[in-house]
Formats: sequence, C-alpha cells, structure tokens
Amino acid sequence: MSTENNHPIRKVSIICAKGTIEDVYAALIMGNGAVMEGIEANLFFTFFGMEAITKKRMDKLHTGVVGNPAMRLPGGMRMPSLLGIIPGMESFTSWMMKKEMDKLDIPPVSEFFDLFTAGGGKLYACKTAADMFKLTMDDLCEHVSGIITIGEFYEHAAGEGSQIIFT
Amino acid sequence: MAQKTYAGITVDVNEEGYFTNPQQWSKEIAVEIAKEQGIVLTEQHYAIMDFLRNRFLGGEALSIRSINHSGVIDVKTFYQLFPGAPLKKATRIAGIPKPVSCI
Repeated sequence: MSTENNHPIRKVSIICAKGTIEDVYAALIMGNGAVMEGIEANLFFTFFGMEAITKKRMDKLHTGVVGNPAMRLPGGMRMPSLLGIIPGMESFTSWMMKKEMDKLDIPPVSEFFDLFTAGGGKLYACKTAADMFKLTMDDLCEHVSGIITIGEFYEHAAGEGSQIIFT
Repeated sequence: MAQKTYAGITVDVNEEGYFTNPQQWSKEIAVEIAKEQGIVLTEQHYAIMDFLRNRFLGGEALSIRSINHSGVIDVKTFYQLFPGAPLKKATRIAGIPKPVSCI
C-alpha cells in the first residue's frame, strides 16, 4: 500500500474532552501513531479529559458501564444498562479492559505519555478546565508543557497540512 | 515481486521496499539501505536492529513500547537514531517486514 500523497498530514492537534479509558486511549493511540509516522502531534486535554493528565488519577481511569449500549458481557451478550449500577461492575469492566489492552502491548497512560513525548509529541492542558477543577501544573503529569488558552491551542495547531481532531 | 540490488546482492522486496525474505539481509546491505534513508549506521543502530530482527524472527510483534523494554536503547534515542518514522525506517533497514501494530 503506497501512502504517497501531494498533501500529506504534517501535524495533528487532538482534543480529548472525556476521561474514560476508551476516550483517553483513542486520543493517545492517534497521537502516538502520528508521532511514529513522523507527524508532529499535540494532545490537548480539557474538561473530564483532564483526568488523563492528573498525576494521581491518570493510571486509574475507568470505563463507563451505564448508558453504553455497545457494552457486551464476556461471551458477547449485550449488557443491560441496569447491571452497570451493581457495585464493582465499573471496576471489574475497567480491569478487564486494561488486561486486554496489556495483552496487545498497549501501555498504561503514564507510560504511553513517556513514549509519546519521547517522540516529540506535546501535551497541553486547557486553562478553563484547570480553573474549573482547581488544578495547577503541580497536579499534572510532568510531560504537560503548559496550561494554555484555546487561542494558544489554535496557535500551536496552525500550519500547512495541519489537522484538528476532536475525539 | 520486486527485487533490489544492495552491495552487489539482489534481494526480494515488496512494493514499499521492505524485505520479504529476512534471511537475505546482511550488515553490508543495511549500510546501503540506510544511505537511501540518509542514515549513517553506528553500533547503536546495529544493536537495536539485532533486537528487532530477533524479536521478529521469534514471532513476536514489534511495537514502540518494546524498544523501551529492549535494554538496548530508550525510545527517545530510537527516535534520534531513525528520525521521522523510526519503527518503519528501522525495520526496513533491518530487512524485516513493516510492523502491523498501531502502538
């Protein structure tokens, strides 16, 4: 498969606004995948996505089990939403997700950020969300380059062949 | 199937230039492929390529994460040794197929 193209993607700026395992990993896999292809990558975390860059919480993300119609029980049967309210169900599901991801050599969030930034990827936190959740740089993972405004985000995202992706 | 000649030896490659038969590879060939990519090989390059080849020939999947666990170099150095798309470049120079992993 040839990927020669006259208009290659040179930069991606990915916005992660949710803090479930799958939302955060979608952003991380896309970001890290870009860096691995030699594409410049920015990851911008806002609202509940801030969980993923908060030191104390980043490796303890959960998958939402209520109101997720695609959630399946082991064996393939659809999980009734009501089962999600059983104590421990969310933890169990999240543990299962992490176990399956580990089998595919998908690293924990903190290690994923190590790989992403080692390749030159940049992490940013949203100023509004940081103010709202009372978070400062001290609370955030050491790889975060800064808490920035949306205006600054657009400055970082600018350039030819650049794409903004909202996951 | 396409063929290419490196260091006077003809090897089988796919349309993207990746080796289809890793046994045809040698260090002399690697030097030539690296030159195409603008890379001058050092001992560190060979060490990580050995790791990648052994892992591939052992049937294990290649990922960027495995580099950190290789004990040879860390990921940051890997990006410096093979600038741009490191895993793609390194596997190509090491005479093994392009990794199919997203990680």
